[in-house]
Order: sequence, then structure tokens, then C-alpha cells
Amino acid sequence: MFETLSDRLTSVFSSLRGKGRLSEEDINATAREIRLALLEADVALPVVREFISRIKERARGEEVSKALNPAQQVIRIVNEELVEVLGGETRQIRFAKTPPTVIMLAGLQGAGKTTLAGKLARWLAADRNTPLLVAADLQRPNAVTQLQVVGERAGTPVFAPEPGNGVGDPVEVARASVEHARRNNHNVVIIDTAGRLGVDSEMMRQAADIRDAVQPDEILFVVDAMIGQDAVNTAQAFLDGVGYDAVALTKLDGDARGGAALSIRHITGRPIMFASTGEKLEDFDLFHPDRMASRILDMGDVLTLIEQAQRTFDEAEVEKMASTMASDEDFTLDDFLQQMSMVRKLGPIGNLLGMMPGMGQMREQIDNIDDKDLDRIQAIIQSMTPAERANPKMINGSRRLRIANGSGTQVSDVNGLVTRFFEAQKMMRKMKNGGMPGMPGMPGMGGGANRKKAKAQTKKARKGKQRSGNPMKARQQEAERAAERQRRQEEGGQQQMPQLPPGLGGGGQPTLPPGFGGPKMPDLSNFRLPKDK
Amino acid sequence: MDITLLVAIIIAVVLLAAGGFFLVRTQSSVKPGKDEERPETPGGSAGATAVQDRERDPGTVTGPPAQAPPPVEEAVRPAEPELETPPPSAGRMVRLRARLARSQSSFGQGLLNLLSSDSLDEDAWEEIEDTLITADIGVTSAAQIVERLRTRVKVLGTRGPDEVRALLREELLAQITTDTDRTVRTEPHGDRPAVIMVVGVNGTGKTTTTGKLARVLVGDGRSVVLGAADTFRAAASEQLQTWGSRVGAPVVRREEGADPASVAFDAVSRGVEDGADTVIIDTAGRLHTKTGLMDELGKVKRVVEKRAQVDEVLLVLDATTGQNGLRQARVFGEVVNVTGIALTKLDGTAKGGIIVQVQRELGVPVKLVGLGEGPDDLAPFDPEVFVDAILSQD
Repeated sequence: MFETLSDRLTSVFSSLRGKGRLSEEDINATAREIRLALLEADVALPVVREFISRIKERARGEEVSKALNPAQQVIRIVNEELVEVLGGETRQIRFAKTPPTVIMLAGLQGAGKTTLAGKLARWLAADRNTPLLVAADLQRPNAVTQLQVVGERAGTPVFAPEPGNGVGDPVEVARASVEHARRNNHNVVIIDTAGRLGVDSEMMRQAADIRDAVQPDEILFVVDAMIGQDAVNTAQAFLDGVGYDAVALTKLDGDARGGAALSIRHITGRPIMFASTGEKLEDFDLFHPDRMASRILDMGDVLTLIEQAQRTFDEAEVEKMASTMASDEDFTLDDFLQQMSMVRKLGPIGNLLGMMPGMGQMREQIDNIDDKDLDRIQAIIQSMTPAERANPKMINGSRRLRIANGSGTQVSDVNGLVTRFFEAQKMMRKMKNGGMPGMPGMPGMGGGANRKKAKAQTKKARKGKQRSGNPMKARQQEAERAAERQRRQEEGGQQQMPQLPPGLGGGGQPTLPPGFGGPKMPDLSNFRLPKDK
Repeated sequence: MDITLLVAIIIAVVLLAAGGFFLVRTQSSVKPGKDEERPETPGGSAGATAVQDRERDPGTVTGPPAQAPPPVEEAVRPAEPELETPPPSAGRMVRLRARLARSQSSFGQGLLNLLSSDSLDEDAWEEIEDTLITADIGVTSAAQIVERLRTRVKVLGTRGPDEVRALLREELLAQITTDTDRTVRTEPHGDRPAVIMVVGVNGTGKTTTTGKLARVLVGDGRSVVLGAADTFRAAASEQLQTWGSRVGAPVVRREEGADPASVAFDAVSRGVEDGADTVIIDTAGRLHTKTGLMDELGKVKRVVEKRAQVDEVLLVLDATTGQNGLRQARVFGEVVNVTGIALTKLDGTAKGGIIVQVQRELGVPVKLVGLGEGPDDLAPFDPEVFVDAILSQD
């Protein structure tokens, strides 16, 4: 049920190759699939309707590109529209001409206002501002204390004259805070208000009173990325009740697709300014419309993956990884173990898979992946002798039994791992020898001196491969990979997993993950490493 | 740093590792962990404190304890540590009815208008489906409900709006009805207290639900110990402390950053020593995608089980949550074997339709609903009332 849009569209278009133009029927056939995909991503229904009609209009009469298949073409259109809607207007915080600049946060309960206040303060302070946090949430028990702790962590003073827990008037607090900021030379005031519901007219009036009392320069609507269809009602209610200038999206570190971003932008026209991606105060950034678009479409998030990798690995580790890959020696279980533990630092394996484009068709399996299984694999490998790890061919029956006993697994598990490893080794060898199209051998990686240069070449080669201008080539190469994967899974599936869902276990031409090859790959050329600057 | 190469390596390794999963997984799925399937203790379910049962049968409501004054609805929530005696749980359902009627009338209204039209054409059916989708019921579920409704209307030749409405009610009810018991198991067994864990993602209202639940129990004359195992979020334990001191329930807490499992263990130990009836453990909010934090949650449960059996794991779901709610429920279910769901913030415009999917796919029943910020806005979930409220005409 969780197919990705690209998978769906590929099946819709399988019979439609080679037409000169996208016809009306083609467009209608895709419209329903796009609708489903957007709804699954929690985009609000009215927004979906309008969005689809826009897509239809734009797709109508569009030349069928020679480079893209119709499905890809439609997705490109959808993606571009999404980016346009989401990012149409990005802007910075408007600072008041005469300080202090007042920023007011509003939103539902539990959207993350208090945490965001701290993040915003820290972010502003990094830009040589002197923010002041104001505890105007006097409703929730100990919200004031929470803000004080957050303020302490962010290194920002907190203005909290009232103890909270239902005592005190938030309007007065807000009014006094501006005065306090002026006296103490704070150039930004961040007012954290209580969470409230859009239907709660009393609380909305209170928010409006705070607004009138302090005349904020920016009102930020804080909203949870997990919100569903209700986003429209809530966003509208807050717009009518308090009004806001921009939106901050929180909890983006989860796996919600965040269709609410599109809904809110579309309904209210307010830009999404900030994205909050974690529990730590530094997990806060400006909003990237392009990434959000691919997230909503579930096209994988290679950019995030890369960034995560960069944050996690240091260069030496990466070089080591790369040289293992490129060396003439065979890929051994030791290498695998090492790389697996490195990759696991990036986070749960299911998340990583989810970030890869085109993995949607395996989503069911991905959802079921448990990192404990990886622990088991690790245990199996660690129960092998160094000689066995270097040369798994020597693992015979009695060794297998010993390994299984040593790792607390069954012999069949060991068998499975070894078999699969040989497959992988073969694949690696192929990659190294340039057996895979679009991936020419990696020359001269041995010496340390020319490593950099060689790497540059590899980089070019790989880039060419990933965004191959020739979709045939890209697809063919992907076909090989998919076939490889398919075979591996079939082997596992037929022997031991009869309950594997159809399409993976029992034959049938696998649909290619279309997100993998070709132009739908996020454009890596726009991505710059910090050190390349 | 050669990023593309790096990514390629990661992909290769991950694929290999994920491939490994399929084989090893079979193994593990054959032998489910013993702790995963915890049978209900007969004693627990027989004498369960069914908030719901009490509701349905007001006659069995035990009066407040002798030492406490009769239940009073307090107008103001005082900050001073004066003990309050919350009203017993009876009568809460009436409020749920009223609230639901308010928050969901537009939903019910829309459906009714559709169903009341004489001819049910293609557009009308699609609109019914759309209305269901708007309630976050999910595309697949909505399509199925409509499909089955259509078939039945065709078979029965039903045309009248009342009949169609009755069918839709049945259909919705069928979607959220489970055989599972909807009572919250809070009855102590023997000398050990009942242990309830409250889990969920950030900002769904775990601490608030914990506090409200404690009030319900205290109102019914139970002794409750609260465990502030949320040692991560700033001032979370103070928040719980505030709830606890209002009703006079002791709160076991530790400094920020302490090991949540040890806090939970201490809370249960305290409950055992004090001879409390129920121990409620409030855990830190965690996104289900963070393996480390989910492991921590598993640990909290395992450690608690060394001292006493965990009777109830309540997953707190926010009614505004969209399709992601299903994933949350699934992952939390895998880690701590969720036994019930508390649906919060149902007093807003959100419909909470995601629970339809959660119940259908995972079979975990909704046990409690949170209806607002008031300290007594927690009620047992009743599917009939829920659906009736959705379809109510006022």
C-alpha cells in the first residue's frame, strides 16, 4: 500500500511509450496516482485537488521529452510545481528599524514552540543578535520552567516574571518583556505563547491580545510535520485568529512525509521559513523547498543521506572505505563488517534505505527491518576466525556449525550469510572491473600520492553514472542491480521465506526503481562540500 | 571527500546488510521473544479498573476514600499544593459526547447532506470517500469503506438516507471494533501494583495524559505513584510533579539526564513498598525513527519488568497526526508491545481518523481519549459513542 509515486506512475505508463505528446488520457491516468501519493503524504484534500488541476494544465500538450519517459516527465512537472509552491518566496526575518524586533510564536499544543524558541534564540545569537526569551505560556504546567532550562542551554536570558501554571496574565508579560528588552539592550524578543486550538475562541483572543500589545514584527506559526488533514483548518484558524507571517515546521527528523507544508503554503500563502530537525538546540535550519518536495513525493533523500554521512564520518574513514572498495584485493568479510559498523553510525538501517530513491517498492520489507538482525549478522562474522573472514571459501560444514554455535544462530543463517556474501563480492568485483556499464574501472587507486587525482576521476565517473544523460544506460545499469537484488532475495525467499510478498519472492519481472537512474536523481551538481568552497 | 563514491559504498553495504535481514529475519520470526507475548493475567482483567466499565455501570462506582472530601469540580486550578479530589470517572462520557458533537459536527453534517440526496451517483460516492479522507482515515481505508458501503447499498437496494446512514455507521463501527478489551488494567495484583507505561512521540501529550490518568484513578479512590522517566526534556519532571502534587500522588523523579530506566525502576519499587495500587510511568517523547531512543524505551520496559509486570503500555497519539500515526504505532508496538492507545487533542478540529487504520492494521484498541487541557478531560473510548457522535445530526 505504500508504493511510491514513481512506482505507480511507471506502471500507469508502461503501455504508453513512444507517443509524441502527453495526451489527455495519459494525464488523467496519472492524476489519480498523483492524488493518492499526495494524500498519503498528508497533503490536505482541497489542496490536492487544486494542485492536480494545475499539474493537468501544465502537462497538457507538453512535448514528450526524448530523454525522459512519460512517468519521469510527469514526476518532473510535479516536482517542479511542488518546489515552486513551497519555495516561491523565501525570505529572512524582518528586523525592526528600532529594536527590539519582536518575534511571536503560536501554534497547537505540542507543536514544539518552546523548543523552537530556544533553537531560534541560539540561531539568532550566532548572528550576533542578543535575543531575549519570554515565557508567555502560563497555561501548561511548568512551561515556564521548561523555557528557562531551554534558555539556559541556549545561553539566552529568559524573561519570566510570572510562575505560570495558570497564574499571571500572558498579555502583561508580553508587554512588559518588550520594555525589559529595550532597557537591557536585547535586539530580539522571542515570545513563547501557550499552545492553543484553532477552535478555542477564548485562547485565540488571548493570542490576538498579545499580538496587539507587542506589535510583533514576525509571527511564526509553529506546526508539527506529522499533522494530517487538519493542517488546513488549523492553519486557517490561526491565520484568522492571530495572523502570521511565516511558518516553522518541526519534527522533520521523523519519517512523516510532511505534506502539511504544502497544504499550509497553498492555503495561506505564508512562506515556510524554518525547519526543525531534532531535539538538540542546534538541529535547526532554514527551510529547503527542494528537499521537502522530494520528501513529499517520497523520492528519497540522497542529499540528507550525504549530509548525514559527512557529519558522521571523518575523512580518514571515508578514504579507508574508498580504498577498500578500490583496492585489487577482494572484498572480505572483515571489510564488510567494518563498513557495516560505519554505516550503522548513520542511523537505523531502515531509515537509510528509506532515504535512497527507488526503494519504495521494498518499503514493506524496509519497515520490517530491525537493527537487531544486523547485530546477528555481526555476531556471525565475529564468530569466524580471521582466516575465515579473509577467505570465506574455506568455511566448510563443520566450521559453519562452529560459527553458528559461537554466534547463537542456526547453520542456515551462516549459510545464508556466506552465500549472500559471495554474491556481493561478485558484484563488487564487477564494479571494480568496470563490468557495470557507466561505471568504468577505478584506475590507479593504490598509491597515496595520486589518490586524490584518481578520486577526482572516480567522482566524475560516478557522477556520470548517477545522472547519466542516457536513460537507457542508466536503466540498464539499474536493471543489473535490481536483478542482483532480486536474485538474492529470491534465493532467500524461496528457501526460507515463502511468505515474502509477491513481486519479490516468486518471480515476475521486477519493476525498476525508476527513481534510481536518470534525471530524477537529486541534482548533485548543486551540492557543494564545505571544503570545496 | 568523494561523496558520490561514499554514497555508492553506503548503498552497497546497506543493500548487503538489508539482504542479510531477510534470511536472519526468518529465523527470528520463528522464535518470537517470550516477553513479546504477555498473556493477560486473569486476575488483572477480571477485576480490571475499567474506567469504561464503571462508566457504563455507574452503580459499581466506588465512592471516594473516606479520608478524602467528596468530589468537587474546582473552578480554578490552583498552583498552591492544596490537594484536590478529582471527580470520579463516571459521567465523563457525557462530556465526550458533547465535545465530539461540537468538534465533529461538520464531518457528520457533510456526510449526512451527501447521504440525504436522493440519488447516490458517482460524484456522491467520491465525495463520501473524500470526506472520510479529510478525517485522516487514510486513502486505502476510505476507499474500502466506501466500496463496501456501495456493495451493500447495491445488494440491499437501499436508497433512503436513513438506511444508508445506518449502513455507514455499521461500516465505520466495524472498522474500529476489536475483540480486544478496552479497559485500562489498573487493578493491583496481590502485593504488586499495576504498572502502566505511557509512551509516544514528542508533543502528543504524554505527561498531560499521565497526570489526567492519575487524577482519574485518585478520584476513584486508588493510590497512585507517578514515575517521571522523562529525564530528557527540560522541566518535564516538574510538569509531572505539578500534576502529582495536585492530587497528592507521590512523584518519583531524578535529576535531568538521569537514566530513565532506573527512574522507572525506582518508581515501581516505591509503588511496591508503599503498597500503591497503580504506578504510572511517564516516558520521554521520542520519534519512532530514532533507534537509539527506541532501544532506550525497550530497556525501560525490560528493567521495570524485573520488579513488576507491566500491565499496560499506552501509546499516546495526537488526533491531528496524519498517516504517520500508523508508522508510529507500528514501531512503538514492535519495541514495547503497545496494549492500548490514548487519542489526545480530540477537542480540536482534528478527527483522529488515523485510529481507524491503526486498529485495523495493528489491532491495538483505543482505550482513552483526551478532550482538552482541563485536568479532568480524559474519558474512556467507546466506539459506539464515537461513531454516533461522528454521525450525529446536531
